[in-house]
Amino acid sequence: MDRRQFLLAAASAAAALPALSFSGKLFAMPVNAPRFLLVFLRGGYDCNNLLVPHGSDFYYESRPTLAIARPDPSNLDSAMPLDAQWGLNPVVRDSLYPFWQRKQLAFVPFAGTSDLSRSHFETQDHIESGQSDEHRSNYRTGFLARLSGSLPGLPPISVTKSLPMSFQGAGRDIPNISLTRDPKSRFDARQSAILSSMYQGLPLAKATADGLALPASISADLRDKMLHASRGAQSAGGFASETRRIARLMRDRYRLGFVDVGGWDTHVNQGSTKGGLANNLRSLGEGLAAYDDALGDQWNNTVVVVLSEFGRTFRENGDKGTDHGHGTVHWVLGGKVNGGRIAGEQVAVKQTSLLQDRDYPVLNNYRDTLGGLYKRMWSLPDSKLQEVFPGAEAKDLQLV
Amino acid sequence: MMARVRPLLSRFKALLMHGTASLRPTAPWSCLAWLLLMVALPATAAERPLNKDDMAWLQRATFGVDSATVASYRQLGRVGYLNQQLAVRDDHLPAPIQALIDGYDVIRTPPLELLATYREKRKQIGQSPGNTASVAARKELGAFRRKLYTQDASVPLLHAIYGSDQLKEQVVWFWLNHFSIYARKGGVRLVTVDYVEHTIRPHAMGKFSELVLASLQSPAMLQYLDNAKNVKGKTNENYARELMELHTLGVDQGYTQQDVQQLALILTGVGIIRQGPKGAGRRGHQPEGMVRHGVFVFNPRLHDFSYKQFLGHIIKGSGYAEIEQAVDLITRQPACAQFVSKQLAQYFVADKPPQALVTAMARTFLRTDGDITAVLRTMFESPLVIQDKPPGKFKDPAQFVISSMRFVQDGKPIANAQPLVKWLNDLGQPVFGRITPDGWPLDAASWSGSGQMTKRFDVAGEIGSGRNRLFVDPDVAGKSRFPGGAAPDLDTPLYRTTLEPFLSASTRSALEKARSRSEWNTFLLSSPEFNYRWR
Repeated sequence: MDRRQFLLAAASAAAALPALSFSGKLFAMPVNAPRFLLVFLRGGYDCNNLLVPHGSDFYYESRPTLAIARPDPSNLDSAMPLDAQWGLNPVVRDSLYPFWQRKQLAFVPFAGTSDLSRSHFETQDHIESGQSDEHRSNYRTGFLARLSGSLPGLPPISVTKSLPMSFQGAGRDIPNISLTRDPKSRFDARQSAILSSMYQGLPLAKATADGLALPASISADLRDKMLHASRGAQSAGGFASETRRIARLMRDRYRLGFVDVGGWDTHVNQGSTKGGLANNLRSLGEGLAAYDDALGDQWNNTVVVVLSEFGRTFRENGDKGTDHGHGTVHWVLGGKVNGGRIAGEQVAVKQTSLLQDRDYPVLNNYRDTLGGLYKRMWSLPDSKLQEVFPGAEAKDLQLV
Repeated sequence: MMARVRPLLSRFKALLMHGTASLRPTAPWSCLAWLLLMVALPATAAERPLNKDDMAWLQRATFGVDSATVASYRQLGRVGYLNQQLAVRDDHLPAPIQALIDGYDVIRTPPLELLATYREKRKQIGQSPGNTASVAARKELGAFRRKLYTQDASVPLLHAIYGSDQLKEQVVWFWLNHFSIYARKGGVRLVTVDYVEHTIRPHAMGKFSELVLASLQSPAMLQYLDNAKNVKGKTNENYARELMELHTLGVDQGYTQQDVQQLALILTGVGIIRQGPKGAGRRGHQPEGMVRHGVFVFNPRLHDFSYKQFLGHIIKGSGYAEIEQAVDLITRQPACAQFVSKQLAQYFVADKPPQALVTAMARTFLRTDGDITAVLRTMFESPLVIQDKPPGKFKDPAQFVISSMRFVQDGKPIANAQPLVKWLNDLGQPVFGRITPDGWPLDAASWSGSGQMTKRFDVAGEIGSGRNRLFVDPDVAGKSRFPGGAAPDLDTPLYRTTLEPFLSASTRSALEKARSRSEWNTFLLSSPEFNYRWR
């Protein structure tokens, strides 16, 4: 039995013994339970210009204006080689590439879902519900909500304006708060106290008080943090300032997080190493680097998965953009991630490999790979995994 | 006359004296309005105070009370009021609200014309030379889609707030959720208003089977659940399954996968008219057995005429008649009566409605062959309709926003419905925004998370402070984010009759601590008494 299993066993044992309520509390969140953050890129990001298949002639034929140039040490705008086949968009040179070098970043190409609608809403919903590919028996719960139910010791938070499908239907309160800027409550302490007082003794007393307290307490936390971190730290804009806030919460209070980032639906003028997509990728990379930085030593106990509802058409369209596709590339990052590699089932990138002569096929269903990851992270038994991803077969890509 | 007015006046003064300890904004004009109202009514009716049961009942029979509701209820009594609500089919709206709606593109323009405009704008994207033009065309299409959506969402909201047939307005809302559609899928937003006004509203209080048939034939549902793609040799089961599972019988109610497949076959050829030379809709070329209403078409060429076995019955391949036969079969199942009755009771009465009430409703449903009005009568005549556990039934965001507007505006028109649409977005229940076909959940737990409660108080603040755009013409909106915006006076006779007498000590004490009218309003709209339909 390794330490993790021991802690889990201890946690369930403590929960079963009401007499040990004090130690039960102590064990409710094992001090070194790994954290998990899901970053959902809404809109279907163009994976082919992030993880560049530079070994493929077909890639260069398919993208006359959008392709990232083959690796070339004399050209700063060329792909950064990861291996003979794959490279990275150079806009993430200073953010994601260091993770790769430290072997803390793995990519899973040909990843995604069985949903072939190529519709944003249908596929996002499909992913977030995490239900089996056959008929859905339950529309009302998301897979993170069910995961949270299986891991009562891991406090969850959704860093979103409203509760996403992923976290809906948990049967327990899952707080949500937007951190795109310093959260400000509409209400000051006096007003919050008055509002809470009206619900005292009613079933919603706790939800009301918790909800009103959250922005203020997070805001205070963040202010403390800023005082400590202000020396030397540049104020990164965009996603990086958001992930620094998230890191603060995830380090001290929460273990299971969700955040989404929009703006990936690049039908027109998406650019290659410059332009809209490049800016988004740079900001995303910087955000993840900032997340690592802000977590400090706890990065070693953190796993981040970045995913998106689908990939895009392999060929560029007539508007120098790409349209809705299927298979995509998922990312897995963290201090203890078994990275520096391209994981999962793969296929040569050429025309005959494309699905419907259009986009990447899905060889690595996210339900199987996330299931395998969760199993390794928290020693989740198969029965619990079946609740999270009904009908999935956990695939162990040895990601941690 | 004067003799009658004077005692009323002194009673009113006494009413004012009572509770003057609280910091209460005074409103001379509303006193006057109240006075006139009382004078207009027979004294006996006007004098009858509303008790807690009256309010619990009215909070279920309406989206929320306004002065007109109170006057009508006092005059007619509960029985009379129910009879009126069940009998009257008065969909008319106050003139300024009707004018607002009549100005919407989605109302003015027939669906086919909207579709043509939409297609034209889409074509622009493909045809625009150069990227700049393409980007511009995309932006224009985006703006067009957003405008249509806002109008789509505004129409039922304005009816819900201003319609005088409050029970019917709620039932319309209930069915819109029961037969849920998603405006953002494909061209659904082009036919959303058609769905509200021509599919749901005319059948909301009629026969359930006719309602099912209307929704089955609606372009919105045909697109949303893909039956428009369900054709002979290439079936799509999506709608067939949800028709049984979500619309009529419920999950696991004795039908099998085989039944779903057979129903899908029965429904082949039920679709939408396609424009253009290949379409089946050209006049003069209608094949025998074709059925058309508006955009709906049953095309026998796309229908599978084989024999089907459905719910234990043989259905002969006869074309359109199969569909009516199947709908009758489904809607006459006892499971359907149970399922629909339970959902209605969950919406109006309690998260876990009393079984005896559901049983009584289901019995009525079966006896009357699914007469929705009769089922509602059974529910609202039953004492169980107000027997929820305290504190009662938590309002979902739509009920919260609609009842707030009824209480705050009290019949006075707004000029811009955009804020309403925005608030429901913020509160996580956008109109026609449920992606999955199950509709929004009906239970409190789905709407009362910590983040949701805070957001609700925020919206209460936006309404209560008056700092919103309800009175700004959306087409000539200035740059200022919060133009105008004085806090409305909510300390009205309506408040004193329908809310104040029933406030808890905690809520009273909270209101006393308010430092401004805006704060007082915000606390009141945030209070449990405003956010629950009480028991």
